[in-house]
Amino acid sequence: MNTANPIENIFLLAPEMLLAGGAMALLMLGVFTKGQGANRLISMLSIGLLIAAALAALFLTGDGGLVFDGAFVVDPMAVFAKVVIGTSAALALLLAMPYLESERLAKFEYQILLVLAVTGMAMMVSANDLISMYMGVELQSLALYVLAAFNRDSLRASEAGLKYFVLGALSSGLLLYGASLIYGFTGSTGFADIAIAVSGEYNVGAIVGMVFVICGLAFKISAAPFHMWTPDVYEGAPTPVTAFFATAPKFAAIVLLARVLMEPFGGMVDQWRDVVWILAVLSMGIGAFGALTQQNIKRLMAYSSISNMGYALVAIAAASTIGLWSLLVFMSIYVFSVIGTFSAVLSMRTREGMVEQIDDLAGIAQKNPGLGWSLTALMFSIGGLPFFVGFIGKFFVLYAAVESGLIILSVLAVLFSVVSAAYYLRVVRVMWFDEGEVEFVPASVSHYMITRIAGIASILTLPFVGWLIYNATTAGTALI
Amino acid sequence: MEIGLGHYLAVAGIMFTIGVFGIFVNRKNVIIILMSIELILLSVNINLVAFSSFGEDLVGQVFAMFVLTVAAAEAAVGLAILVVYFRNRGNIAVEDVNMMKG
Repeated sequence: MNTANPIENIFLLAPEMLLAGGAMALLMLGVFTKGQGANRLISMLSIGLLIAAALAALFLTGDGGLVFDGAFVVDPMAVFAKVVIGTSAALALLLAMPYLESERLAKFEYQILLVLAVTGMAMMVSANDLISMYMGVELQSLALYVLAAFNRDSLRASEAGLKYFVLGALSSGLLLYGASLIYGFTGSTGFADIAIAVSGEYNVGAIVGMVFVICGLAFKISAAPFHMWTPDVYEGAPTPVTAFFATAPKFAAIVLLARVLMEPFGGMVDQWRDVVWILAVLSMGIGAFGALTQQNIKRLMAYSSISNMGYALVAIAAASTIGLWSLLVFMSIYVFSVIGTFSAVLSMRTREGMVEQIDDLAGIAQKNPGLGWSLTALMFSIGGLPFFVGFIGKFFVLYAAVESGLIILSVLAVLFSVVSAAYYLRVVRVMWFDEGEVEFVPASVSHYMITRIAGIASILTLPFVGWLIYNATTAGTALI
Repeated sequence: MEIGLGHYLAVAGIMFTIGVFGIFVNRKNVIIILMSIELILLSVNINLVAFSSFGEDLVGQVFAMFVLTVAAAEAAVGLAILVVYFRNRGNIAVEDVNMMKG
């Protein structure tokens, strides 16, 4: 461990420093410029910044290592997560640009807050200490609360922001109370030292603290029974914000959860496996049955994300190397499919404005075949039908669970998957077989492109999944 | 009677419980929810400082400083969102935060 000269490891911090410094520079640029052109420029620069951070994580961090006396770790898992988070945030911002302009919401704070939230996520996935974990989570959450209420003249958006804030703050409180107990009963905040402290005798205080931390993080990934905020926030927040919420923050929080459970508490698998087991089953169940009655496509996606987080928790419950890399594969595929789906939702614009009811999609397959085919493929992919990439993700999650002997959990996962296929198929049925009068205006170029590319990719990327798995295996083995 | 670590932890535990109940039982005012959140964060600080003092390890007090700072930022963001909500809704009764049923 290099404590004498922290500057020596400066390149390990390259992505975070780029994001933080870049956000400040863009803030200055935003304050001193005016008009739509300047706003577009800031958007493009932010997208460039996010991509640059992803590339910096990939190429500048070398073999990885520890920074700040072990509080911050750069390992293949963190690098993998930062690349996915940076790319998906850049895509989410690309989706947001035309929407914000047409809804008269184009203020430069949006891009700055998004970049700051991504900085927080990059810190979360690299956290190797309770303090850096908490700071990362808070940096991410504070920016996200504001983003949820970004449309400040809308009652729904401000209500979504308020609900997200109250429950998010409560979850931070739970996380923090758990962290304080872990610190007290192990005498350290570093993950490595905690692992040593809990490997010995049975440490009740640390177990209680760990359960609190799991609950706090379960709020962030919206796993049942801590999912109450999700449908309301997804519905109320502006659609591009919802698209962002459903992707990068989920990925960051699930990677952080995996790291917390595998690294400091890797020796206590028997204690936490039951907790994760229950969270997984409840999430899959509530996600599957809750979505059946939804009319609003954003609420449907909220329940879909709850149930998909359940599958991610199944991979964590496996508590093995296979579990970790299948988690990364599953989450990466999920994140990019969701970006595509929300791009399709953002294309649902009539002459009067945005619509978001599932019934508004009626007959769209005949009127707008490109959108219809793409959304159909994406729904099949997220639902996990064979021959779509989403199937590969779910397949490896179940493989990991079976390898670890979690037979009942795998059976339940398959059953709930069948139930959840029903509501994905309902969307497809409405699109292909119902009659509808709703006419959509042509979508903007970025929505048009992202929807179609994601739709085509949900089948055509199948041959490249091997490459994704190869990278995820390297990343997944880092933790054990 | 000697005041020991257990007493501090008990106080912090009680404060934490009051805070959590304050969020869920309170049906009147969103400001009370913000106060409950502060109570939760302060109970954590008592925990951290007590552990730090009895364990003779400074990290806990550093952690408490971080928590204090973040709590201030969190209160600022929370109040800002609340002001925006009030402008749109006209009141801040918890029962009226029900545009969307979840």
